[in-house]
Amino acid sequence: MLSVNNIQTYYGNIQALKNVSIEVPQGSIVTILGANGAGKTTTMKSIAGVLKPKQGTITFLDEDITNKNPDELVRKGISLVPEGRAILSGMTVLENLEMGAYQRKGSIKQDLDKVMERFPILKERQSQLGGTLSGGQQQMLAIARALMAKPKLLLLDEPSMGLAPLIVKDIFQIVKEINEEGTTVLLVEQNARQALKIADHAYVLETGRVIKSGSAKELLKDSSIKEAYLGH
Amino acid sequence: MILEQLINGLTLGSIYAIVALGYTLVFGVLGIINMAHGEIFMFGAFMGVVITHTLQLPLALAFVVAIAVTALLGLFLELLALRPLRGKKGVSHLAPLISTIGVSIFLENLAHHFFGAGNRPFNTSFSEISVQIGSVTIYAVQLVIFAIAVLLMVGLSFWLSKTKAGKALRACAENLEAASLLGVNTKKMIMMTVVIASAMGGIAGILVGMAFNSVTPQMGLTMGLKGLAIIILGGMGSVRGAMAGGLILGLSETMIVVFGESGYRDAIAFIAIIVILLVRPQGLFGQAAPEARR
Repeated sequence: MLSVNNIQTYYGNIQALKNVSIEVPQGSIVTILGANGAGKTTTMKSIAGVLKPKQGTITFLDEDITNKNPDELVRKGISLVPEGRAILSGMTVLENLEMGAYQRKGSIKQDLDKVMERFPILKERQSQLGGTLSGGQQQMLAIARALMAKPKLLLLDEPSMGLAPLIVKDIFQIVKEINEEGTTVLLVEQNARQALKIADHAYVLETGRVIKSGSAKELLKDSSIKEAYLGH
Repeated sequence: MILEQLINGLTLGSIYAIVALGYTLVFGVLGIINMAHGEIFMFGAFMGVVITHTLQLPLALAFVVAIAVTALLGLFLELLALRPLRGKKGVSHLAPLISTIGVSIFLENLAHHFFGAGNRPFNTSFSEISVQIGSVTIYAVQLVIFAIAVLLMVGLSFWLSKTKAGKALRACAENLEAASLLGVNTKKMIMMTVVIASAMGGIAGILVGMAFNSVTPQMGLTMGLKGLAIIILGGMGSVRGAMAGGLILGLSETMIVVFGESGYRDAIAFIAIIVILLVRPQGLFGQAAPEARR
């Protein structure tokens, strides 16, 4: 569905991605693991069109999307929930959800009801400002908002960052459910164990390069991965 | 006397508010101060002179022409002075400020060239019509100005809070990258913001022409500085702040006249702003900068 081929992305003169290739098959959950500064977020931003790779190509459903802007990619079915969530804090929860459906035409009522059913807390808080929500609630809102665009491919950048363990568990459960309903997911995580448990495939990034890839099951057992990312 | 000055103050204040709204919209979305806004406003006023005085055509047409011309000026401002500097590496964050100053000098000189340096009168068919209520005289032109200004403010507030495009503009004002990730074409949104802000300046120009019956190429600078002071008072980027700030400045300028200190009119108005800012440095409706909170 998505294939990233040898992309190189720069911040000014600093090369953040040296050579990254990733395949995301339709219907799967693929996770990208790696330490801080490995290039995980840069990869996600390059796919979502926020950053433009200098070299390499990205194709989505057999179409070259390498130099497209984020808004065009949303229309094609790629939504990114960025690191830090990017909640519109001066707008209400409901307005945030409406903004998620910005590209869509026609009624969004049914989908609003659906996400509010999945995230009851958002229904409860719908007229509250986004900035007044707790971290976990904001993450729910960010995911719900991305779902309002009806994406084919959902990019999640560190959805568990800074959240309490119980909420982290919820978030992973939700990601799994979203995937089971037919949305392909590319997930960047620091929480490697949880990510590998729900993922089909995994890539390990180090200083802008893919150093290892394989099925999630294999990587869970891999001794070097265990040592570096799973903590024992 | 007090009542009359109150009406004068509301008229003047509502014009200030509209000028300030133009500043605040652009600042909200782009984070820059558009120093050419005052001159775009002045062009709106001159369109009024050309239509109502030179061509002797009706005032309603003056509004249409002023809106069209100032919207077009806004479009050129975005395409020629702002967009080329956006997102480029090594461009100072002050560069757009300087380039808008350049545009303001250019527009002022253009106005000198086309319209001459002197004062130009402004014809409105109803400028002499007034109503006498007790000892208070109310001019029809004041009511028209106030009505248009209120309509514009209510309309803008409604548009921002209820429509899809208005919400997208607020999203852009809060976080351009987040808005683009939600599917908003930010390039288009920025252009629309500058065009709408400029057209509001144009409308304000005509209203000032109607109120004071005189238009000069230099009027942009004075009004521009006042607009700037108002958004600092109201809170940078705040729509409510621009409206409230405009009315406060307009009312304090005219109320000072009541107490016989008309010579200090501008000084006292700005002293009032300084005092308010000492108490609330972020402005009336502004939020403290995140850096300050940390």
